[in-house]
Amino acid sequence: MARTSTAAQKQPAPKSALQWVVQILGELLITAGLILLLFVAWQLWWTNIAANNTQAAAVDSLSREFDQATPQEIIEWDPANPVSTLEDPAHGQAFGIIYIPKLGNDYQRPLAQDTTSDVIDTLGLGHYDETALPGQVGNFSVAGHRQTRGAVLDYIDQLETGDKIYVRTKDGYYIYSVYSHEIVTPDRVDVIDPVPGQPGVAPTERLMTLTTCHPRYGDTERYIVHARFESWRPAAAGAPEPIAHLTTK
Amino acid sequence: MYGWIFRHLPGPLWVRILISILLIAAIVYALMEYVFPHFAQYGPFNLDVTIDPGSSSPSASPTSR
Repeated sequence: MARTSTAAQKQPAPKSALQWVVQILGELLITAGLILLLFVAWQLWWTNIAANNTQAAAVDSLSREFDQATPQEIIEWDPANPVSTLEDPAHGQAFGIIYIPKLGNDYQRPLAQDTTSDVIDTLGLGHYDETALPGQVGNFSVAGHRQTRGAVLDYIDQLETGDKIYVRTKDGYYIYSVYSHEIVTPDRVDVIDPVPGQPGVAPTERLMTLTTCHPRYGDTERYIVHARFESWRPAAAGAPEPIAHLTTK
Repeated sequence: MYGWIFRHLPGPLWVRILISILLIAAIVYALMEYVFPHFAQYGPFNLDVTIDPGSSSPSASPTSR
C-alpha cells in the first residue's frame, strides 16, 4: 500500500487478485446475459425485418416481371378452367405471389420452390416440390413460418371457411377458397396428398394446402389449412378486385 | 474489466465515450449479422413448418427437413 502516494487520492485502493477475478467474472456474466437477450431480440424481431425486406423485394421484382410478360389483348377464358404453363421451377426460384387479404389488406408474399430452410427462411412461402402447381388438378401445397423469419403464416388460425387466397403466377390469378383446417402431428404427410387424407387416390379437384407450425411458438404439431379452387383470371384480364390495389397492372 | 478498457481508451472523455459507442455498435452488428445466424441452427426457435414423414410413413415423402 505504500506505493500509492499521489494516485491514492483519485483511485480506489488496489484490488486483490481475488477481487479482480470476481469483478471480471461478474462483468462477463452480465455480458453473457445481455448477449442472450440480444439473441432473443435477433431471433424474434430482427429475422422478421430481414426476411420481410427480402420478401418485399422479391414481390416487387416478380410483379414487374409478370407485368412485362402480360399480353395486351384479352383472349376468351373460362374462369372454371385455369391455364397453367408453368414448368417445374428450380430449387429456390420465386415463381409466384400469394395474397391473403384476411391476413392483412396488403398481405403479399413470394412463393418459391421447395420447403427447405434455405428457401422459407428468406423467401417465406415454399412450395412442396412434388405437389401440384397453382391451378393444376391435385393439391398445391405450401409451407411457411409462423414465427420468426418473416412469420408469413402467423395468423393462419384466423382463416375461416370462405376466406380467399389469391395466387398470382405469370399466367394469371388463381383464386382459392378456404374450406377446412386441421391440427395434426408432423408426420401426417397425407394432408398434402393429391386428395388430402387419402394416399394413392387420383385427384379430380384443384386444391391448395397451407402448412405451418403449431403451437405458435413451438413445432410439436402442424396447423393445416385446406382451400378449394374457385376461379381463374388470365394475366391480361387484370387482378381480381380485392387485390387490385396491390398489383401494378 | 470494462472500467479498465474505458480508462485505457485514448483522448478526452467525450472521445472515449464515442469510441465506446462505436465499439459496442460494432460488436452488436457482428453478433446480429454473423454469430447469431450461425448459432440459430442449434437454438430453440429453429421451428419446422413442413410435414415430414419422419419414421412412420413409408410412402413418397413430399419433403422433409
